Amino acid sequence: MTWFKKEKKKITAQKRALPGDVWAKCEDCGEIVYREKLAENFNVCLKCGHHFRIDPDGYAELLLDRSLEEEYDSDLMSVDPLRFVGPTAYAERYERALRKVGRKEAVLTGRGRVDGLEVEFGVMDFRFIGGSMGSVVGEKIARAAERALKSERPLIMVSASGGARMMEGVLSLMQMAKTSSALGRLHRSRVPYFSILTNPTTGGVTASFAMLGDVIIAEPGALIGFAGPRVIEQTIGQELPDGFQRAEFLLEHGMVDMVVPRPELKPTVSKLLRHMVDGQSG
Amino acid sequence: MASHQEFERSIGEVVERIGHLKELANARGLDVDDELKRLEARLDELRAETFKSLTPMERVLIARHPQRPHSLDVIERIFDDFVELHGDRAFRDDPAVVCGWGRLAGRSIMVIAQQKGRNTKENLKRNFAMMHPEGYRKALRLMRLAEKFRRPIITIIDTPAAYPGLGAEERGQAEAIARNLLEMSLIETPIIAAVLGEGGSGGALGLSVADRIVMFEYAIYSVISPEGCASILWRENSEEARQKAASALRLTAPDLFELGVIDEILAEPQGGAHENWDLTASLLAEALQRHLDDLLARPVEELLARRYEKYRKMGAWAGD
Repeated sequence: MTWFKKEKKKITAQKRALPGDVWAKCEDCGEIVYREKLAENFNVCLKCGHHFRIDPDGYAELLLDRSLEEEYDSDLMSVDPLRFVGPTAYAERYERALRKVGRKEAVLTGRGRVDGLEVEFGVMDFRFIGGSMGSVVGEKIARAAERALKSERPLIMVSASGGARMMEGVLSLMQMAKTSSALGRLHRSRVPYFSILTNPTTGGVTASFAMLGDVIIAEPGALIGFAGPRVIEQTIGQELPDGFQRAEFLLEHGMVDMVVPRPELKPTVSKLLRHMVDGQSG
Repeated sequence: MASHQEFERSIGEVVERIGHLKELANARGLDVDDELKRLEARLDELRAETFKSLTPMERVLIARHPQRPHSLDVIERIFDDFVELHGDRAFRDDPAVVCGWGRLAGRSIMVIAQQKGRNTKENLKRNFAMMHPEGYRKALRLMRLAEKFRRPIITIIDTPAAYPGLGAEERGQAEAIARNLLEMSLIETPIIAAVLGEGGSGGALGLSVADRIVMFEYAIYSVISPEGCASILWRENSEEARQKAASALRLTAPDLFELGVIDEILAEPQGGAHENWDLTASLLAEALQRHLDDLLARPVEELLARRYEKYRKMGAWAGD
């Protein structure tokens, strides 16, 4: 549950830069880059290779031939099942996220194509309450898995999340069981499931659908873990080593299949899919 | 015998007075029956009063009570021929979780139980019941064994959390928990999860995808500890913030029953499970047998379909 630790000043990677907003500063190496050049380079820093955060539409465009061809369940909205009493009301945080992001939840699901092959696609939105998983996120992902099972289309999920949504209490925890059960059924079928982990993927999302891919691919430098770094530091009372819980660390420890830079993401997914899907060897 | 928490202080005082009175009577051969009766009546009254109006944070303290029965205390009281089995066959044995065969009313059962320690030495060994990935993998290995021999599985939940440490992350804590969630949804034998004390987030969930979830009256089950929630949302670790968080999270057994997460609340002995371990264990044994009778009478396809539906419908949203 690290999602609201320092909200880092976002260096956005929007395609339509506002007038005057033509330069971006890399939060890793400090290089000032021309936004247009950055966009041409998949929002990867030209100097150091740092992956700027991109939004769900960015991933849909990156991975799918014609972005999302049909969106599902876009009307599902969160309610406040616990009538959560916190410093800020859940409804208020939700409204704020809604206005900021222009979508109703922290995951976007739908159907598209990867080099012509039809897939079920889901992508999380870290801007929406830290990409946290509440009932709606869990439900949309479970439905995506069920659609993949029924349609026999491979499922691709792109994750970015701080974990479970505290304000839905134990109901958000149960979404881990719900999504994993739905993937269990898919697992028993011969429909591939690809999980793509982006910065950051932690908590209940990592401990459920994100780590259950037939193939798990991480973006370079992405923070991926169960517990947040701050919680671990507090628990063990020492500083964490450099690179701990980064994508490359997980690769080294055998937890992900590959670390793939953004420009190679689609070709890699496409190649892998064709090894795993019947009648697509051409 | 039992030590008492702040909110139980008046109960503790009466218990102490009863003890003194009995000692006095023994030592000097005095007749204290009337006084004893009066005090015991007062004790009953006090317990009923205190436990009638517990705040959520007080319930958290009961769930973590130092004298609350732990898994092995319950196991030794309700299972015959318990034999512990060790290790994940890959890295090491995780003593935070105890697994093995036991027999309940003649039936062999695979028992998977999170084990807290009762003192510092035990807690060092048990890691305060905070499991590492190898613990979840040991549990899964032995649940598979139960499936192979068509024996039911009972898990006993009592953990603050899955361990947040360096080694746990290196060895894939998230993957281990996720794998258990997926596999438990498919295991072809009945599973009952019993929440005995603390149901700490993913650490508890990783052993509790089940056909039935029963929960003791003063146990808790939460997505995050009240302390964690207070420090994140209220940005402070004051008593007041913890109490607010404990209330907001809706983590008590009645809350979970209302939210449709658990199937049954097990009443605790008066004054809480820590006041009477034998009775606590027998109440659990009775419930387990009742659910086993029911689950074992169902075909495995039906079990799996119902297990799927159980989790599939959890949650609340608007729109369709």
